[in-house]
Amino acid sequence: MALSFTLNGKPRQVEAAPSTLVSELLRDHLGLTGTHVGCDTSQCGACVVLLDGRAVKSCTLLAPALDGASVTTIEGLAKGEVLHPMQQAFHLNHGLQCGFCTAGMVMTAVALVADNPSPTEAEVRAGLEGNICRCTGYQNIVASILAGAAAMRSASDVAA
Amino acid sequence: MKAFDYHRPAAVGEAAALLATLADSRPLAGGMTLLPTLKLRLAEAPALIDLSRLSEARGIKQDGDALAVGAMTCHADVAASPLAKALIPGLAQLAGSIGDPAVRNRGTIGGSLANNDPSADYPAAVLALGAVIVTSRREIPADDYFVGLFETALEPDEIILAVRLPVPRAAGYAKLRNPASRFPTVGVFVADTSAGVRVAANGFALGVARLPEFESALANHFAPDAVAGIHVDAEAFSSDIHAEAAYKAHLVGVMARRAVSTALELRGPP
Ligand SMILES: Cc1cc2nc3c(=O)[nH]c(=O)nc-3n(C[C@H](O)[C@H](O)[C@H](O)COP(=O)(O)OP(=O)(O)OC[C@H]3O[C@@H](n4cnc5c(N)ncnc54)[C@H](O)[C@@H]3O)c2cc1C
Repeated sequence: MALSFTLNGKPRQVEAAPSTLVSELLRDHLGLTGTHVGCDTSQCGACVVLLDGRAVKSCTLLAPALDGASVTTIEGLAKGEVLHPMQQAFHLNHGLQCGFCTAGMVMTAVALVADNPSPTEAEVRAGLEGNICRCTGYQNIVASILAGAAAMRSASDVAA
Repeated sequence: MKAFDYHRPAAVGEAAALLATLADSRPLAGGMTLLPTLKLRLAEAPALIDLSRLSEARGIKQDGDALAVGAMTCHADVAASPLAKALIPGLAQLAGSIGDPAVRNRGTIGGSLANNDPSADYPAAVLALGAVIVTSRREIPADDYFVGLFETALEPDEIILAVRLPVPRAAGYAKLRNPASRFPTVGVFVADTSAGVRVAANGFALGVARLPEFESALANHFAPDAVAGIHVDAEAFSSDIHAEAAYKAHLVGVMARRAVSTALELRGPP
């Protein structure tokens, strides 16, 4: 079926079978391989993208759900060479570790902070319930998100 | 995933007609249960009827002395709804405790009730509040709706449109979450309603059920201590890798006490 949506700020028209998963559409049809598929059973959160600003698991979403919507993937965060403040914070706080879960972590974090600009550490940890890191170290990820939230706040102060 | 036909009707009548005519077709709501099941080939559906364009199944509103929640309302929207928080804060709190943020952004109350997972959270609230399930055909009282394990009173071509939840005097929920799956091992919802105190628990082998002894104890005295010492039979639970039946039975009392405390806190001072 024909789908038309906004992808990382640009209008896109694609043709896809309705049984196509959004993770497949992004990675296999559109070449956006920053979105990772970890478990493929909706548990791990590596595939999280933003659908109209909300964190969703793209491995458990049919392509038709994109029709008329706006999708942001990890590729859509940086402005050219300038990383998004949340990406920068993961870089500075060694939040990446092996990097496999990072795209999902960052997308979840961006949605979390958009909703709650000053989250507490407990709120960050609760917000990460659907994102699993198998390097088993959430400490730096949480530190990254708290720093990223602060950076996003000052970026929006500058913009305001 | 196996290919399937896909329909996205804009009217309830059309959706119901598609379900009635297309053999083995299934409604699709948030897909958080249905899509994993199809991917794992635990189920097959030659056609999916996507309910996302049914405006009649959307929205949260006050309907007399009840809160009406559209079937396609996702858990995150119930959790954040000022109306839900004002009228039935225990329900909003429950919705905000389901799964994880991404699950809450897609999973719907209608999908949860149609699925009737024995560990799902919403069924306990819907049964304890004495809600009414509004479908494309009729209105089903919660007491007649939950039939058994993944089984409900719904006909195959019947669509849940909304749930009407009478506003209680006080209500609260408590559960022990499985840290890996995030589903409750046992959860108890207590509600002090105009039809008396109603208590329901999930986690039973056959799914959600009311707890009459807890109800009468709380009707006498709506306080955590009132339910102390009530014996819960382990027979109604099954042991699994997460918990023994006897432990689950014990949890019912613990969660009931906590749920009453929560209900009293949420109600605030008289
Ligand atoms: C990682 C993960 C964690 C989860 N944790 C929890 C948890 O802690 N607690 C909990 O309660 N749930 C949990 N869930 C389940 C989640 O809440 C689901 O959203 C819910 O069970 C199904 O809702 P859905 O909208 O996704 O329905 P779908 O998956 O789209 O549909 C489920 C079933 O209901 C039918 N159906 C859907 N809508 C209707 C309707 N309006 N009328 C008739 N039939 C309909 C479908 O045909 C299908 O058979 C979790 C899920 C995941 C993936």
